[in-house]
Amino acid sequence: MAFDIKNPGLATTVQDQGRTGHYNVGIPQSGSMDQYSAELGNALVGNTAKEAVLECTYLGPVLTTHQDAVVAVTGAPVDVRVNGETRPQWTRLQLKAGDELSFGVIRGGTRYYIAVQGGIDVPEVLGSRSTYSLGAIGGFQGRKLEAGDQVPVGAPLNAGALPDADTVPDEFRPAFAKEQAVRIVLGLYDHRLTDEGLDGLLHSEWKVTPVADRMGLRYSGPGVQWKEREQPFGAGSDPSNIVDAGYAVGSIQIPGGTQPIILHRDAVSGGGYAMVGTVISADMDLVARAAPGTSTRFVAISLDEALVARKELAELKRNARAAIGEGS
Amino acid sequence: MSSPEPAALEARYTWGGDEFLFVEVSESMSLAANFRVMSIAAKLSAMQLPGIVDVCPANASLLVRFDPDVLPPSTLEETIRTIEGDLTHHHDHSLETRIIEVPVWYEDPFTAEVAERFREGFHQEPGGSDIDYAAKVNHLKDAAEFIQRHHEQPWLVSMVGFVAGLPFLFQLVEREKQLEVPKYLSPRTDTPKLTVGHGGCFGCIYSVRGAGGYQMFGVAAAPIFDPAQSLADFKDFMVFFKPGDIVKFRPVTEAEYNNIQAEISAGTFRYRQVPVTFDLSQALADPEGYNQELMEALNGV
Repeated sequence: MAFDIKNPGLATTVQDQGRTGHYNVGIPQSGSMDQYSAELGNALVGNTAKEAVLECTYLGPVLTTHQDAVVAVTGAPVDVRVNGETRPQWTRLQLKAGDELSFGVIRGGTRYYIAVQGGIDVPEVLGSRSTYSLGAIGGFQGRKLEAGDQVPVGAPLNAGALPDADTVPDEFRPAFAKEQAVRIVLGLYDHRLTDEGLDGLLHSEWKVTPVADRMGLRYSGPGVQWKEREQPFGAGSDPSNIVDAGYAVGSIQIPGGTQPIILHRDAVSGGGYAMVGTVISADMDLVARAAPGTSTRFVAISLDEALVARKELAELKRNARAAIGEGS
Repeated sequence: MSSPEPAALEARYTWGGDEFLFVEVSESMSLAANFRVMSIAAKLSAMQLPGIVDVCPANASLLVRFDPDVLPPSTLEETIRTIEGDLTHHHDHSLETRIIEVPVWYEDPFTAEVAERFREGFHQEPGGSDIDYAAKVNHLKDAAEFIQRHHEQPWLVSMVGFVAGLPFLFQLVEREKQLEVPKYLSPRTDTPKLTVGHGGCFGCIYSVRGAGGYQMFGVAAAPIFDPAQSLADFKDFMVFFKPGDIVKFRPVTEAEYNNIQAEISAGTFRYRQVPVTFDLSQALADPEGYNQELMEALNGV
């Protein structure tokens, strides 16, 4: 069983929950940028959260299926079409052998997900099927999809059992808004900012620039000030430089004090720019949904509050899966 | 090596959100600080604590990723503080590692071609080569002297990362002999694969083609990241370097470079390498004498 890729779209890749344990040699976690949307897509088609999906960026693919298939499209709002006819999103769809799946124009957000019963069945590399394009590992031959690719689909799990509901109730579908409040825990090198700099970070409006991809998102805004100092040996000459260090996924660096960059799931694992805080794990999916132009405020919370938010997200996912008819 | 600040001061602990703990051993780079980072990382990894996801030693700091649902943040911090305290009282300053000879074609045409495309607005001296500039800012006579200084003393892999398998290298010489070169004014969007680069006090080898801001001096002749794991040196893992590896660069000519390419194509290339014990006190007391000993280990290979 496979999908034939007639048109690959802008940047369509195979992703799953990611590949941890190798960040110490610079291999990023990768995985679906919007884990929540990918997971609910998997739930709709009877997969576990671990199965690989196709992540579509802005412009999705045109594909046909070799055999009958059960799919669901979740994530950013877009018209889903089967043989040219519009079908609902966040809903399980039955495809017949030869059917063509295609997409309209995205109406918000950045990425949507095609989950298929059985999952995308590319080989695991270092414990994950996720694509890490820069290192050319994982996914479909280590790269984004191209026209002519035949993407393998696995056999259905649990003898093809499907959940009771065929759609995700509205209250469990995330918003894809043009305004976001992103919760961060201050730390790492925030003490290197001036008081005004820190204040500016937390009280200014920042806008996502077009320089945003799986590695990170760059924001424009008023800029911030770094404290002047005599730089330590081995750090660069700019006050935003540090001796090259590991970068937390979700951390915010502000090279030269101009544009904050949030590192995301394909992050470079280290470098010489001071980080001033880190997006909490519960808000990483939110950041993944931010399209260029999204107005963003950074809200500082404590580590304890971040842990509460983490539990709340886990509970939301459990409830969503329960509403679909999974879990108990 | 005369490091003004012994890295015995207490490290700084700070959170990277709810999944990362960052431990800054020292603000400035020194061999002692790096050694301490590696010691903490090794001891923490050996404990195999449930909930530890990644232990990432860097030049003078350590980044630990953890799952707070399994390992409470306070427990992780206490654990690392205990390791740190124990290290201060027990001076075990030796590291079982290896020394590896890495052939380099200095002043090669690949980096020259890319450098040519990133001069005005990117480079401090758009009219000259990266290596001429590096020689000048280090007050050396010419490119040849810089190359000599670059390969005659070995380097320590002080960190692996940025992208998959990229080693950061710190030369094992006194601070006043360290080569220091500013990064490009603005990063390039292209860097040839295997470029031997330098920024600040760090050398590096770019494992994959891509963006980069380090000055470019040459290309390493053999792969350091091999996802297909086709060469024998990659049998166990696709990434060649580990923190703590010691690297001795060997300059090669175009003809030697081409011979190595043929060996790689035939699948027969092997790095010259030998296990060594690296002793911090000896390295600090007499860097060049101790380096000589380390490099002699390669002679029998």
